[in-house]
Amino acid sequence: MTQRLKTSGYHLAMGLVSFLWIAPILWVVVISFRSFDDVAANGLGSLPHSFTFSTYKSAWQDADEFRALINSLVVTIPAVVLSLGFASMAAYGLARYNVPFRRTVLLLMLMGNLLPPQILLIPISRFVELTGYFDTLIALIAVHVGFGLGFYTFVLHGFMRDLPREIQEAATIDGAGPGKIYASVILPLTRPALAALGALSFTWIFNDLLWSITVIRSGEKMPVTPALLGLQGQFVSSWNVIAAGTVIAAVPTLAVFLRFQKHFVSGLAIGAVK
Amino acid sequence: MSPLILAFVFIPFAIEAVWVFWPALQGFWLSLTDWDGLSAPTFVGLGNFHDMFSDPIFKTALKNTAIWLVLFGGLSVIGGFGMALLLQKERRGVGIYRAALFTPVVFSLVVTALIWRVFYQPDGLVDSVLRGVGLGDFIRPWLADPDTALYAVILPALWRQIGYVMVLYLAGLKAVDPALYEAARVDGASAWQRTLYVTIPQLKGVNSVVLSVIVIDSLRSFDIVWSMTRGGPYHSSELLSTYMYSTAFQSTQLGYASAIAVVIFILALAVILGYLIRAFREET
Repeated sequence: MTQRLKTSGYHLAMGLVSFLWIAPILWVVVISFRSFDDVAANGLGSLPHSFTFSTYKSAWQDADEFRALINSLVVTIPAVVLSLGFASMAAYGLARYNVPFRRTVLLLMLMGNLLPPQILLIPISRFVELTGYFDTLIALIAVHVGFGLGFYTFVLHGFMRDLPREIQEAATIDGAGPGKIYASVILPLTRPALAALGALSFTWIFNDLLWSITVIRSGEKMPVTPALLGLQGQFVSSWNVIAAGTVIAAVPTLAVFLRFQKHFVSGLAIGAVK
Repeated sequence: MSPLILAFVFIPFAIEAVWVFWPALQGFWLSLTDWDGLSAPTFVGLGNFHDMFSDPIFKTALKNTAIWLVLFGGLSVIGGFGMALLLQKERRGVGIYRAALFTPVVFSLVVTALIWRVFYQPDGLVDSVLRGVGLGDFIRPWLADPDTALYAVILPALWRQIGYVMVLYLAGLKAVDPALYEAARVDGASAWQRTLYVTIPQLKGVNSVVLSVIVIDSLRSFDIVWSMTRGGPYHSSELLSTYMYSTAFQSTQLGYASAIAVVIFILALAVILGYLIRAFREET
């Protein structure tokens, strides 16, 4: 009996905490469907008295969040693919071959990723200006790849190092060169780590604000995360439209999370167990 | 050594060199100069660092960064660890609770900021609830009041971070050998004692990872403050990172801004070194 009581107490308490945790999100979703008149008459703190999709239309068309989402994907997808591609190449060389100064190279690469980005902001904004890439999505992709590489290389290195020697030896005896071994032996075996890092880096890059506002100036090139801040200026106090814009901007990462939940969580946990 | 392998390592290294190492060296150099971005930078030695002592905004930003580190860092560790303890056992419903706490982690800090701004609006939900329970006198413009702005920004940051720390601890707890608990239970240790004397010592590795993550994250924190208050009102929620950004890109004192970035680096240095040493001890 006391056990039953304890169990229901536990679920009651945890259910309440979970609900409170999610409540701010639900509340914003509710507001995003309220009409402007309803919000003006009853206030943001009241329960809804209306239902409309026009807020989403405003955010999608008038504020051009559609274009912002496209920009985000144009930056995020190549940046994820390139960073993981380059990082897996470096990790493969460093983990499986006796490359000179391999420890120093790995150390430097990881150290670069741990630097506070603030130290890089001014030189990078100058650099992209001088090379003519200021205010281009290419510059933003390059920054994300360059800054993320170190961490991905380090994680993948740890993973590849632990793969058994014999697989590689067997492939070598079969006449496979280093490139072939990388592509058809090591990479397939690294898939769990790549999936975890892929899910993680997608959200990191998609959610970025600092690099975007440092490298991009014009509104029509802004990815959706920084564009959301602009939306706030454009629709001052139209909180229902801002709420709709927020929901739109949150959907892609939420979708990635729900689809790759297992990878995502294991990606975050990488390193925690070490 | 196959040239292909050398290229495999060299190309990514070169990319990072162009986008990280070289800019970092420039950043350190710029911190020793006075530069408006138009004329050539002039070398001023440690002048910028000297100026910080008489800059009240810098002092506020430094103090707020310390508060941020203690409150945001400390509470997210306590909250995340507590939640991980409560949700570690696989039982019915636990998956849902974990997912609920974790959901905010996938949102960008800008999305988080806007969600909470809607909350904090005058006549928004926070105010309605306070009025509803008879605490209407406490109501204030949360983000526009210099006394509350910093704390009103820390709250959403915590909301997002606790789920993240919880996942790190859940992974760590999973790795603890259950035989240790069994042995402690046989010896008559209470649940509280088992946590204190078995779980916490076993989590040493995770603790140091969490500590590094928290310190590095705190010092980097920028997005949430920038999206909610831009460091205002009257710099009351200014952090070193936001002050660095506005000094660089709004008042274009590029040398001074670089010096602030160097201060952030120095504050993070001990943790960065600790992280690197730990990472490479495992390598050997």
